[in-house]
Amino acid sequence: MAATQEEIVAGLADIVNEIAGIPVEDVQLDKSFTDDLDVDSLSMVEVVVAAEERFDVKIPDDDVKNLKTVGDATEYILKHQA
Amino acid sequence: MSKIRPSKGAPYARILGVGGYRPTRVVPNEVILEKIDSSDEWIRSRSGIETRHWASPEETVAAMSIEASGKAIAAAGITAEQIGAVVVATVSHFSQTPAVATEIADKLGTDRAAAFDVSAGCAGFGYGLTLAKGMVTEGSAEYVLVIGVERLSDLTDLEDRATAFLFGDGAGAVVVGPSDEPHIGPTVWGSEGDKAETIKQTIPWNEYRIGDLGSLPLDSAGNVKFPAITQEGQAVFRWAVFEMAKVAQQALDAAGITPDDLDVFIPHQANVRIIDSMVKTLKLPEHVTVARDIRTTGNTSAASIPLAMERLLASGEAKSGDTALVIGFGAGLVYAATVVTLP
Repeated sequence: MAATQEEIVAGLADIVNEIAGIPVEDVQLDKSFTDDLDVDSLSMVEVVVAAEERFDVKIPDDDVKNLKTVGDATEYILKHQA
Repeated sequence: MSKIRPSKGAPYARILGVGGYRPTRVVPNEVILEKIDSSDEWIRSRSGIETRHWASPEETVAAMSIEASGKAIAAAGITAEQIGAVVVATVSHFSQTPAVATEIADKLGTDRAAAFDVSAGCAGFGYGLTLAKGMVTEGSAEYVLVIGVERLSDLTDLEDRATAFLFGDGAGAVVVGPSDEPHIGPTVWGSEGDKAETIKQTIPWNEYRIGDLGSLPLDSAGNVKFPAITQEGQAVFRWAVFEMAKVAQQALDAAGITPDDLDVFIPHQANVRIIDSMVKTLKLPEHVTVARDIRTTGNTSAASIPLAMERLLASGEAKSGDTALVIGFGAGLVYAATVVTLP
């Protein structure tokens, strides 16, 4: 069953917490991965791979650079999840 | 039809000795920062690299290889005359022909050993090791010298902030010889040429013909840029961590070794972040010693695995007889993983 927006944000919060040690409550739609959440370009790849597994979605390398905020990633997953 | 007598080799092969050579000049991040807008903290957090070695004009690919090989031959307890083949893995020997392996074989004092170079990027050592195992067990050489050597400082764009800090120079060598027990496991190797663009030389040599130079890019001083190694960082990181972890697991499975049986993990020293993520993805137990030679050696491509092996043994972090998983991966893209007993 496809995840809702709330479930995706909560899932991303878990993932970002696991990879970058950021408190889950800081992971909000308007937050930038790089500027606000201390997720650098390499950690972003780990976030993406974890999100792919969790939400059954493919996020190709070329699309990763467009995912600047948690909102961008949430929208992408909502649109592409199987 | 005449019957052809088959060749006869040893039942198995093993690594008998390892040697390394690191150039005299140690280059800290401060030197790299003279030409790029970055910081020591950024370089360390993205790569783990604190210092690297850069070769002098005298520390040629051949000279560094001969130093490393001399140590490996001595450690193996054999003489150069006993070596039947010299395999050199490198991407930074700048005379296209002949292969640098012949010069090395001659200067080491081998008895006309077969000698050739292998171009398999950062997997070059694993490719060479696999060939060596085959030669020893097939019988075309009793002892094979496998060298990984690079002068990547010659292929570094010092004005590219994504790669200027990454590469280093050095040579690592092993002697592979006969064994009554298996000490080199099955190799899991391959290539993914559809990803060739992710790590490559910026400009091919044949674009440097006089008359064509005007079309080439210039550096900040207005000089024509020399070729350099460039890569797509995120794509390489994803492939290296997640796809190569699968290959590493396949090599363990092929050798019949579980992570609990493993003593040492020596991945290609590409980036400490890749190494750390691979360890996590592979779920390696705490007791496994992980090579992180990249911190003080940089990424030395084909040389990185034997250099890291040599350092772990010299420092006492690993010991002779330990079971080690080695995996190389890089430009091609190519990869090779196998389980070995340390010499």
